[in-house]
Amino acid sequence: MRLRQTLVASVAAMTLGAGAVSADPVTVGLITTLSGGGAGIGADIRDGFQLALTLSGSDAIRLVVEDDGQRPEQAVQIADRMIQSERAEILTGIIFSNLAMAVVPSVVAQDIFYVSANAGPSALAGAGCSPFYFNAAWQNDMLHEASGAYAGANGMTNTFILAPNYPAGTDALTGFKRRYTGTIAGEIYTQLGQTDYAAEIAQIRASGADSVFIFLPGGMGISFMRQYSQSGVDIPVISTAFTVGQDNLPAMGEAALGVINSGQWAPDTDNEANRTFVAAFREAFGRTPSIYASQSYDTANLILSALAVADVGQREAFRDALRAADFTSVRGDFVFGNNQHPIQDVYMRQVVNVDGEITNRTLGLAIEDYQDVFAAQCAME
Amino acid sequence: MTLALIVEQMLNGVQFGLMLFLMSAGLTLVFGVMGLINLAHGSLYMLGAFFCAAGAAWTGNFWLGLVAGTAAAAAAGALIEVSVIRRLYTRDHLDQVLATFALILILSEGTKMVFGPFPLYLNIPAGLSGTVNLGLMPYSLYRLALIGFGLAVAIGLWLLIARTRLGIRIRAGENDREMIGALGVNIRALYTLVFALGAALAGLAGALVGALQSVQVGMGEPVLILAFVVIVIGGIGSIKGAMVGALIVGIIDTMGRFLLPRIFATFLEASQASGLGAALASMLIYVVMALVLILRPKGLFPAHA
Repeated sequence: MRLRQTLVASVAAMTLGAGAVSADPVTVGLITTLSGGGAGIGADIRDGFQLALTLSGSDAIRLVVEDDGQRPEQAVQIADRMIQSERAEILTGIIFSNLAMAVVPSVVAQDIFYVSANAGPSALAGAGCSPFYFNAAWQNDMLHEASGAYAGANGMTNTFILAPNYPAGTDALTGFKRRYTGTIAGEIYTQLGQTDYAAEIAQIRASGADSVFIFLPGGMGISFMRQYSQSGVDIPVISTAFTVGQDNLPAMGEAALGVINSGQWAPDTDNEANRTFVAAFREAFGRTPSIYASQSYDTANLILSALAVADVGQREAFRDALRAADFTSVRGDFVFGNNQHPIQDVYMRQVVNVDGEITNRTLGLAIEDYQDVFAAQCAME
Repeated sequence: MTLALIVEQMLNGVQFGLMLFLMSAGLTLVFGVMGLINLAHGSLYMLGAFFCAAGAAWTGNFWLGLVAGTAAAAAAGALIEVSVIRRLYTRDHLDQVLATFALILILSEGTKMVFGPFPLYLNIPAGLSGTVNLGLMPYSLYRLALIGFGLAVAIGLWLLIARTRLGIRIRAGENDREMIGALGVNIRALYTLVFALGAALAGLAGALVGALQSVQVGMGEPVLILAFVVIVIGGIGSIKGAMVGALIVGIIDTMGRFLLPRIFATFLEASQASGLGAALASMLIYVVMALVLILRPKGLFPAHA
């Protein structure tokens, strides 16, 4: 495994090295979380991007990677340094919305492109949209809305909803309720980073709900699912890829089996590009890619597709090339809306055990060609 | 709101409190005996969980993992004491904070290098999974076992300190370290032993709780903050204070999270009440700590009263 990683890295280094000698490669700055509790997601973002560059064989990009430590002020400093000393013309990679809000507005104000591989805060999708800001993943609310739509359409009438008390948590519950048709059996905001959910699980048991919707990304989700599976409560859980994605599933194990969750992509998404991606990722890194890796892989291919037809120095032409989104996304169809966020299908997936690996299997479409609700507030055509 | 729900929440609070006790007992012991503020205590908790997960995965047995986690934390504690901490006893608290903060960074990044950036899998032992019927409601067997474990360790620790020669030396070391040195006790070895004991307790807590939580880098810091609240409330250096403080924090935190949103819901709209209740509940233990500091500045059971 180590050897393979080293090989991939050196192949990548050679491609990049070769690029530095020939024409002028464009510097892309990837700022992501590589230390602390979010380091797994950051590793997937970095590896997905790197894999796309390696597979393309292109020398159009010089990639610079830095760790933001999940701290907004650190991310801002890194962005400044990448723009000023590394001459980066495109930035990407930030995972958390609070960091994106600290970095993106000042980056795009300097006419530098930011292509998000994950965070999609509503402020940047609506009134705060910018010609230099693209999101190749989703707007934050989208997956939660899909879960709400699915729950309502599939006989769930009384759902208990739970999320951490921070902006993305309130967005998640608001997003779920926006498309949900049933009643809410109870609504709990937990502490961000909370590790013990006994008090909440007891209330779920007592609520008489017929389903539970959770948004608990990272370690919070692992803690919740382990404790929930031990509590004897058997109310079905519905969620999003952020809570029961491939980054968390190996640690959750059988506790996560059966959870239905939404995502614009799954490891088994049925298209040629995705089969290539999943196989190459497993080969190179020895693990199944998460939804984050898929988004980062798409981001890299999107940038490469634009670089192939336009010079990043010609801002207007390069922006048009990005907007055209002329690349093959591993999620299937991919089109940008007026606010430069994707209009896309969102699927429901279920956590299953495939030959001993706990992973997600696609169940079917949740919402089709869906555009986020904030696009209407964006002044761009 | 039924009686069953209230009883269940009380049990949850007691269980949470006992796990906090394991964590804070070591912290308060090290501070009481050696006068050392050890911010890296949370990292030892993390090491306990990681080595338990690795041991359990390797042997296929949770209990062997638990032994491995506790032993690894104790060994790491002894190593850290001999190599770093020993130089800090005569320095002031700010130097200790700086050095042990550096240890947090080193141990976190080191753990990530060895075990990788993704959370580890650690499951509850088969014999303790599922629930038992307590008459009023079903309750997680593993959480009941944690309550038993916490109480057993508390009794064991009390016996060690009150009834053994080592305990006498520890208590003597708390009162007058020059004097027991002069009486021929090897104070250096005693300090290493106490530090390793504190580390083992933290590692044990991490390993036990790791089966219910995410075993990931940085898991120790939130618990460390709570452990500091516990020992400030209970009185720094006092094991009895750590016990009482841990139960107070565990029960108040759990009941606050449970009751505050309900109280607000009687006069506010549901999602507003939930948000406001959650925000206030997360502050509640700090409010209690502030009150204790105002009324009893040295904590409820000060060690050097």
